[in-house]
Amino acid sequence: MARIGVFVCHCGTNISATVDVKKVAEIAKGFPGVKFATDYRYMCSEPGQDLIQKMVKEHNLTRIVVAACSPSLHEKTFRTCTQNAGLNPYFFEMANIREQCSWVHDDREEATLKAIDIVKLATAKVGKNNPLQTTFIPVEKKVLIIGGGISGIQAAIDVAFNGFKAVIVEREPSIGGRMAMFDKTFPTLDCAACILTPKMVEVNQSDLIKLYTYSEVEEVSGYVGNFKVKIRRKARLVDENKCNGCGTCWQRCPVRLPSEFDMNLGKRKAIYVPFPQAVPNVPVIDQKHCLYINKKKCGICKKVCPFEAIDYEQEDEVIEEQFGAIIVATGFTMFDHSIYGEYGYGKYKNVTTGLHFERMLNSSGPTGGKIVRPSDGKEAKKVVFIQCVGSRDEARGMPYCSRLCCMYTAKQALLLKEHNPEAEAYVFYIDIRAAGKNYEEFVERVQDEYGATYLRGRVSKIFQRNGRLMVRGCDTLSGTQIEIDADLVVLATALIARPDAIKLAQMLHIPYDQNRLFTEAHPKLAPVETVTTGVFLTGACQSPKDIPDTVATASAASVKACGLLSHEKLPIDPQIARVDVEICSGCLACKEVCPFGAIEKEEIVDRVTQQKRWVAKVAPSLCNGCGACNTACRPGAIDLDGFTEEQIFGQIESLTADKGNER
Amino acid sequence: MKCSIASDKFRRKFAEQIEEICGERISLCYQCGKCSAGCPVAYAMDYLPSQITRFAQLGLIDKVMKSSTIWICASCQTCSVRCPRGIDLAKVMDALRILAKRKGIVPKEQIAPLFDGIFLGSIEKYGRLNELSLITKLNMASGRPFKDVSLLPIMLKKGKIKLKPQKSNPGKEVRYLMRKVEKLESK
Repeated sequence: MARIGVFVCHCGTNISATVDVKKVAEIAKGFPGVKFATDYRYMCSEPGQDLIQKMVKEHNLTRIVVAACSPSLHEKTFRTCTQNAGLNPYFFEMANIREQCSWVHDDREEATLKAIDIVKLATAKVGKNNPLQTTFIPVEKKVLIIGGGISGIQAAIDVAFNGFKAVIVEREPSIGGRMAMFDKTFPTLDCAACILTPKMVEVNQSDLIKLYTYSEVEEVSGYVGNFKVKIRRKARLVDENKCNGCGTCWQRCPVRLPSEFDMNLGKRKAIYVPFPQAVPNVPVIDQKHCLYINKKKCGICKKVCPFEAIDYEQEDEVIEEQFGAIIVATGFTMFDHSIYGEYGYGKYKNVTTGLHFERMLNSSGPTGGKIVRPSDGKEAKKVVFIQCVGSRDEARGMPYCSRLCCMYTAKQALLLKEHNPEAEAYVFYIDIRAAGKNYEEFVERVQDEYGATYLRGRVSKIFQRNGRLMVRGCDTLSGTQIEIDADLVVLATALIARPDAIKLAQMLHIPYDQNRLFTEAHPKLAPVETVTTGVFLTGACQSPKDIPDTVATASAASVKACGLLSHEKLPIDPQIARVDVEICSGCLACKEVCPFGAIEKEEIVDRVTQQKRWVAKVAPSLCNGCGACNTACRPGAIDLDGFTEEQIFGQIESLTADKGNER
Repeated sequence: MKCSIASDKFRRKFAEQIEEICGERISLCYQCGKCSAGCPVAYAMDYLPSQITRFAQLGLIDKVMKSSTIWICASCQTCSVRCPRGIDLAKVMDALRILAKRKGIVPKEQIAPLFDGIFLGSIEKYGRLNELSLITKLNMASGRPFKDVSLLPIMLKKGKIKLKPQKSNPGKEVRYLMRKVEKLESK
């Protein structure tokens, strides 16, 4: 028979002001199995913990109940305390009489009665607790980074700096992501390429970092420490090992196509590298448009390649690797603003987006750094910037603020003025959100020093009058409706999750929100973790982020990943689901409901019939002990250690037995 | 309905004019409204002081010049000491008044410009202010001749105003000041 000790905490006055703690302790002495009960001012303090350990020895206690705050706060403290007293740490139960009692009630008498019931439940459970042992799993010391933008690049560099291996899987032919497309970065006006390319080169040259460009993650299985990942390496039709990026092939290729990297403002060939600083500097053949692939004509690239690197027969290759942790750095995409018919996108060539403008600003971009009207290539002198296109619009766009449009618009207005001091910049905004180091100062400079005209209000309509693009908006500050004839309109479109974000989330078993942005484990205290242990988030796939924030989260995520990898073995909570294979019918209803993908199918030989059959098997490292399988299991083959049916029914009985008598 | 804001060049010129007169940059204003919030005479204005700044930023000169606000401003400088962007708005109001006079757009119903003229005339003539003549002239000019008559005996009795103008010699300094004002207004 268990010998239970009950310790009731005052928590200063947090509990004692509403609950008569002395009475609770007094009554607890009469509960079955309770050999000792007392109250104390702060149980979590060192003297409080000493008291528990002393009483365990003195009264020969074998089970501990602490009636105090929420287990999420101090369960770990008292588990350790119980262990230090020489008992199994799972011979402890916490009765939450603070969050679930004293804090939410004000009638002292009723609250005291409720606290007594809560303590009774805990004593009824603890008597039936089984000793549980923490188990360990080995760790594969390699990190998978999905996405090769600035986020993934920084994460890889930091992982390598910590001495671990990293693999970047990037969908595009080169790493660099969106940042490679930018001209200059706010608020310092560093040239984006100048600060990005050294990092790209570092990644390429590191012995610890492997790059899989033009590749995609296809399947993820396993769990923290041992993720098994299938990666599809799309056929480049160019042998990466032979090519040295001399450029002869793309110079000679006769096919000219709009360049995605240049937002279709420039041209590329059918065999191409997206931009001059690409890493790796190996071209890829666009199979859709290559003349040889489609019509068996041409073949010039193969003929001119001095290294025989062109291989038209190359096929996709699927490789499988193991990883200890995964960092998700898939970034964002731009909101499709064609939904706003009033902005005339598609109708008017001179209505463009921030990314188009960014490419125009870039001196190595399609216009050589000239701001021009796409309609006739003439210099654009009057530019209207429209912010919040798709942001802060619950009706047609995204409900959230995209966070960086205010800043990049200010930067673009400034750069426009630097390119041409005679140019005029008008910015329609709702609020200016410049909450970053030196951001507000930057925006003020753009307004005051560079004379950009800020107009507070949304634009209602863009239309054409006498061959001029007219922007009709409003300035709520002066209460006037405004019309501006513009050469060029630049829309600051919202940053949104990639369309295939959900597919990846399901692959990794990580949750996402109503906007398809991946959800962090805790918005304040675990911003780069996910609820799936071993999977971390960085950059704009979690929420729109600018470069400084992205780099910060990348470093944070890599520290978390390296922290995991620095262990030889990882402990796992033993409070997880357990399948009784004798009872399991193999229906696998549990597998359907498991949100963590912790249940697998296993073939066993039936003890009685000696026939092979399927049963459910729990992967201990993936199971979070949520109990969903437990309730879904029809034959009742699944039990949850730490919350067994015996324990739960014991609790219910302890309460109902009394209440029955009362009636 | 629609109101096309002034061209970039025009607005820049207008802002420069203001800066030239008073040394203040209206482009610094970020429309927080602190000036309007604290203005003790805002209740009597047609536009708030912050709105006037906004109109000025957008080059909506007509709205600025024809507003009562710039004439009602008492130059108490509450706005100036409180402005987080360090704009001395009282000075800007001064500048706007000067510009309005230069352009000859002074609304007829405004007493303030009349007052200013009579006030300065008195200074020019006597070297100091003659209250009786100021009150009389102002009330006559604004068509309210008997406005303050009932106050006269009390003020005379208390020695607040004298029947005979007190003269001090309007010397070189006063003449210099007057010339400067004239120059500023007629520029």
